[in-house]
Amino acid sequence: MDFHLTREQEMVRKMYREFAENEVKPLAEELDEEERFPMETVEKMGKLGMMGIYFPKKYGGAGGDVLSYAMCVEELSKVCGTTGVIVSAHTSLCCAPIYEHGTEEQKMKYLPDLLSGKKIGAFGLTEPNAGTDASGQQTTAVLEGDHYVLNGSKCFITNGTVASTIVVFAMTDPKAGNHGISAFIVESSFPGFSVGKKEKKMGIRGSSTCDLIFEDCIVPKENLLGKEGQGFKIAMQTLDGGRIGIAAQALGLGEGAIDEAVKYTQERVQFKKRLSQFQNTQFQLADMHTRMQAAQYLVYAAACKKENHEPYSVDAAMAKLFAAEAASDVTRRAVQLFGGYGYTREYPVERMMRDAKITEIYEGTSEVQRMVISRAMGVK
Amino acid sequence: MSTFNSADIAAFKGGVWVFCEQRQGSMMPTSFELISEGRKLADELGTKLYGILLGHNIEGIAKELGGYGADGVYVCDHPLLEHYTTDGYTKVICDVIKEYKPEIMLIGATNIGRDLGPRCAARLHTGLCADCTHLDVDMGIYKDFLREASTLAPEKIDALNTAIVLGEKHDVSRDLKMTRPAFGGHLMASIICPRFRPAMATVRPGVMKKAPFDQAKADACEIIKPEFSLTEDDMETQVVEVVKAAKKLVDLIGADVVVSVGRGISKDVEGGIKLAEELAEVLGGVVGGSRATIDSGWLSADHQVGQTGKTVHPKIYVALGISGAIQHKAGMQDSECIIAVNKNETAPIFEIADYGICGDLFKVTPMLIEAIKAAKAAK
Amino acid sequence: MKIIVCVKQVPDTSGKVAVNPDGTLNRASMAAITNPDDLNAVEAALVLKEQTGAEVVVVSMGPPPAEGMLREIIARGVDRAVLISGREFGGSDTYATSQIIAAAINKIGLDEDDVVFCGRQAIDGDTAQVGPQIAEKLGIPQVSYAAEITKEGKTLTIKRMLEDGYMTIKVNTPCLITCIKELNTPRYMSVGGIFECYEKPYEVLDYNALKDDPLIDPATIGLKGSPTNILTSFTPPQKGAGMMLEGADKETCEKLAGILAAKHLI
Repeated sequence: MDFHLTREQEMVRKMYREFAENEVKPLAEELDEEERFPMETVEKMGKLGMMGIYFPKKYGGAGGDVLSYAMCVEELSKVCGTTGVIVSAHTSLCCAPIYEHGTEEQKMKYLPDLLSGKKIGAFGLTEPNAGTDASGQQTTAVLEGDHYVLNGSKCFITNGTVASTIVVFAMTDPKAGNHGISAFIVESSFPGFSVGKKEKKMGIRGSSTCDLIFEDCIVPKENLLGKEGQGFKIAMQTLDGGRIGIAAQALGLGEGAIDEAVKYTQERVQFKKRLSQFQNTQFQLADMHTRMQAAQYLVYAAACKKENHEPYSVDAAMAKLFAAEAASDVTRRAVQLFGGYGYTREYPVERMMRDAKITEIYEGTSEVQRMVISRAMGVK
Repeated sequence: MSTFNSADIAAFKGGVWVFCEQRQGSMMPTSFELISEGRKLADELGTKLYGILLGHNIEGIAKELGGYGADGVYVCDHPLLEHYTTDGYTKVICDVIKEYKPEIMLIGATNIGRDLGPRCAARLHTGLCADCTHLDVDMGIYKDFLREASTLAPEKIDALNTAIVLGEKHDVSRDLKMTRPAFGGHLMASIICPRFRPAMATVRPGVMKKAPFDQAKADACEIIKPEFSLTEDDMETQVVEVVKAAKKLVDLIGADVVVSVGRGISKDVEGGIKLAEELAEVLGGVVGGSRATIDSGWLSADHQVGQTGKTVHPKIYVALGISGAIQHKAGMQDSECIIAVNKNETAPIFEIADYGICGDLFKVTPMLIEAIKAAKAAK
Repeated sequence: MKIIVCVKQVPDTSGKVAVNPDGTLNRASMAAITNPDDLNAVEAALVLKEQTGAEVVVVSMGPPPAEGMLREIIARGVDRAVLISGREFGGSDTYATSQIIAAAINKIGLDEDDVVFCGRQAIDGDTAQVGPQIAEKLGIPQVSYAAEITKEGKTLTIKRMLEDGYMTIKVNTPCLITCIKELNTPRYMSVGGIFECYEKPYEVLDYNALKDDPLIDPATIGLKGSPTNILTSFTPPQKGAGMMLEGADKETCEKLAGILAAKHLI
């Protein structure tokens, strides 16, 4: 595997860094404190093509590649986990399934506004009784003439309160199990659609996570994504891609905590020495850096495979599993290096630690990733 | 282009000239600084010193220049010169210079001087050194300056009598040595203009010291009115209006005390500036800022101390939360007493501070304000 | 209409700066960046492009690796780039540099309704001379220190900053404007722009390409064409370190106030 970045990828990373440093970092603390969604940042990212990085220009995308997308989530997450997941959920969970499974009409109708950031996307799969076991869908869709009628509710929906285009999964044939699930493109303006309660969360507090409620929600027939019964397959493929985004988010969070720790330990003096002069600090930082570097290789490898249309499902699972656990570990160690100050909100590492935890949970828990990986190994 | 490298520099016997900038009929302070400096250079060359003053109805302010050392002033009065325009001023100055052939031409490095200088130098085909902070002709004085202000080896300074110009040794003893900072103050360079005249320099305002005023010399100052032509056809730009800033700008250069803030106030910008204002008030000074504070929009540009801002040498300079990047140091290191407060004990500002306190400015400054109030009350 | 923007690649003097033992700058150790004021000039051009549909051409003089910087500027939305590069141009001072850039602008072609934008000054030399000298060599009017620019027909109205206020100036095209950071906030490169920037037109002008211009002659460029010479360069000595006061408490502050009082500074 060759990780030599192209000159365009080097350039785009530089641009993400400048953007993150100047536009995202100054807001991170406030978004966390006030649980505020950074609409102004989304608007700026939209104008710069960051809401549709790896999609063709034909649909309003930026014409980049999957690795450039992963690097974007990584660089944003280095300074703000909230902003990272906004891009990740929008891109991987809404734009990608429409691009990969939509008809030409659906793509031309929905992608331009999504990819330019004029509209924000979300993904409605999880239900109160269908979390890790996504097959237990209770939301139903019944075809009545030229439209489907959806009933049920979804929970923990990232970007839920702000999204105007949502890829939603519902049972069209309850008897058929997984094969009875179908996917739909739902607009938030459709009659019968409403947003439920907003979650109060431990981390990524600026990201809006909420319930979606469907009460006789009218969805035009032409908004069926793929064919009836293909929903579960679409959901699983979408989550494979999403895992690259979340792995990149974890990667960024860990790297961001290391950046902060390196800076702090070179300034903080105890026992008349800078913390960075103690061997414990040096070894801790070396281990932290090594773990995140290993995570980066896994994440970039998965991104490159997706870009090259190679099978990448297991790679994405390994990337997410490793990066998420590494991020949790590294951010926790960063707080420890900061000592008492690290536990206060005066420094960003405690926020990074809270943000990192979710990466072990959403878009497939670490346990789900282990299932995916061990199954691929033939272990039964 | 055959004459390109063969200007007859011996023909330039018109003395040392200073462009004396006025705005709305008031002389800019830097004009007096440059006349004072120009006097020194003219004496070293054994020649005369003249001011050149452009404007409309400005003859009345010309003689004052004599009080700072000018032997005479060329006054160019014309309605089209009332406000500064690049075209009008360049034409008149270049025409008069071609007629009277000064050896040296100094211009204050104000926003106007730095517009006018390069345009004139390009038209006159001569060299211009920008934003100089030191000028010398006399080699002895120049070498003394280098011994003091540079890290050059003594033997290298002693041997510095010639320069290689177009492959040949050139004696620099009668050249104007124009010294200026480059690369954000990391490096100083002495520039000469060996083959063309006048040697031109723009000079940073606030750097040269104003000489004491002498009324008798002012009375004796000669007023010369050179002939020149200027018509509407020469004017390619049109001044619609001139607006003085409504808000009083901070007079950093003239202040005895400057309290500057840096990136260290980022966690509470308003609070940090307020503390600086309070400290400045008890010390009888003004507030300045590092480039970071200006670039972030925390303070307006007139507050900036440093390479791209103002050069100050107050009695007391307090640096609050300023790391001391070399660009900043370039603008304040000649202050009489430097006090630095910074959380980071390795901050470069402590390398030049007379008194350093390693601590949080938000905690230290209020205590310092109280302590100074108490010390003043006890006096 | 065409807008020509002049930019320079400079060492980033805001970070650590290394000086060689001989007193010259160790450029290799420093990051190369686009001169900050020049990005304001690029932004001004892009804003005018959005208003008028003008073509924007970015021009720089420097060694071949400056291509990377020019591609980044294309990625912000500029249409094409021209790099002036040649051994013959080395050693030029501001006068000689302005002759060369003016010749390149002549080569690109400066028409009746065209505008040239430059940054106020470059952070390596801080001279602010090349812009006005290009204008003189092109024989067009200049307005420096522009903080606001509006264009109506052939006339530009410019808010030109002074230390104590500003002037409003009207000038007709073709003209040269130097831009300050108060003028605008430079935009970022866009993702789409980045993935297209290596496909946009890029041209290198060397000595042979410019030698027919009357401004260019072996005696008018490089060291020979430079009226100024560097006599010597040196690093200034550091002021000796002073006293670190122990502790950041009330006692320390009182001690300092006492010293200032004793020295009659307060």
